[in-house]
Amino acid sequence: MVAKPGLDGHDRGARIIARAYRDAGFEVVYTGLHQTPEEIVEAAIQEDVDMIGLSSLAGAHNYLFPRTVELLRERGADDIVVCGGGIIPDDDITGLKKAGIAEIFTPGTALDDIVKWVEVNVKPR
Amino acid sequence: MGGGECEAQVRHNNMDSVTEKVVAGDIRTVARLIRDIDDGMPEVRECLKALYPHTGKAYVIGITGAPGVGKSTLVDQMIGHLRKKEKTVGVLAVDPTSPFTGGAILGDRVRMQRHSMDQGVFIRSLATRGHFGGLTQSTRSAIDVLDAMGKDYIIVETVGVGQDEVDVVRTTHTTVIVVIPGMGDDIQAIKAGILEVGDIFVINKADREGTDKTLSDLRLMINMDQRKYEEGRWKPPILKAEAVFDNGVVEILDEIEKHGKYLMEATGGLPFRRRKEKVREELAEMVKNRLIQGAFEELLKTGEFEEAVNSIVNGETDPYTACDNLILPKLGFSNG
Repeated sequence: MVAKPGLDGHDRGARIIARAYRDAGFEVVYTGLHQTPEEIVEAAIQEDVDMIGLSSLAGAHNYLFPRTVELLRERGADDIVVCGGGIIPDDDITGLKKAGIAEIFTPGTALDDIVKWVEVNVKPR
Repeated sequence: MGGGECEAQVRHNNMDSVTEKVVAGDIRTVARLIRDIDDGMPEVRECLKALYPHTGKAYVIGITGAPGVGKSTLVDQMIGHLRKKEKTVGVLAVDPTSPFTGGAILGDRVRMQRHSMDQGVFIRSLATRGHFGGLTQSTRSAIDVLDAMGKDYIIVETVGVGQDEVDVVRTTHTTVIVVIPGMGDDIQAIKAGILEVGDIFVINKADREGTDKTLSDLRLMINMDQRKYEEGRWKPPILKAEAVFDNGVVEILDEIEKHGKYLMEATGGLPFRRRKEKVREELAEMVKNRLIQGAFEELLKTGEFEEAVNSIVNGETDPYTACDNLILPKLGFSNG
């Protein structure tokens, strides 16, 4: 599932990522803009997804990403892998990974590399 | 198989059986069961057997139409109104699988996400995939699961192209066909298939130019269908709507209710899916699917199929002979 948490209104990146996954043979549920972590987690559970890709460009990732992982944990669904992407300063990445985000993809990462990472690291649950 | 125990790969079933959890409305169990159905896992059959006695209560609505006519938006508004009446709703949103990569973008949720926190609403996206059991079969099974979990209404949304989609909406109680103004030619193109299965027609985005033309086109087509003239038969109404502004949506739901009453009267109160013609149709399809699936998988497994492909490629035989050679011995066996 590709999701856009928070208030920023630019989902071009998220759509491109969704398309890249589709072209690699994945089924991608896209949630649209302005989602709360609660909504994302609920949707992920109903859709029974293997992985959530979060996209954030507006700087709120240090709250939104860990909160998503926390909610998954509360629901007993922490076997769903969470990745993040967008405008994420290098300094934040260690903290986010510590909070349970499996990987962070910053601008400039090749789409092929992102898809490959998922193919290697995310197994159907 | 045959143990009668429902042992699908559903997680978190350490205490109760999958059936009990589904009937109790446990979302994770339902979500996993639908995934297993979609993946064609044989174990789910036991689950579906056990769930069957709990089905038959939900009212199933099919929404179909070309891409971009506003189906998801309409579904979103319908959910809103049904929830106001304290009815629970399950949604199955079907989107096409790419024939080239096998991937799919399932984007119908985007329009419905405001309901995602509502415990009375369960939304699930499905890709058409094109697997052997057939979209119809897996969607029907998913409908059964949502029915057993106690949803009052189940809405199935599909893009209205292709026989599969037509078959899917035929399994619902009421089929709503959504068009937009200016689609005259498209209506022509689909009239032989999907128009015949429509119980209600909606012209969405009715603020646009060409609404009246589309209305008269549709009216003409419906009136041309002689069967619809028969006394006492349901005559599909044509409604205008602007789903995005919630205009005309209540009227659509009213017509759905009327159609539901008509169905009940026409069937003497028997639940739709228990009607003999429906049962016959469903069972025939299930048997056919299982037979084809079983036989074909066998051919793949033994390598016979690939061998036949190669011999056609190499010019040693033709597809007709190859097909005979693959199938006739099998038929011989089954005849004893």
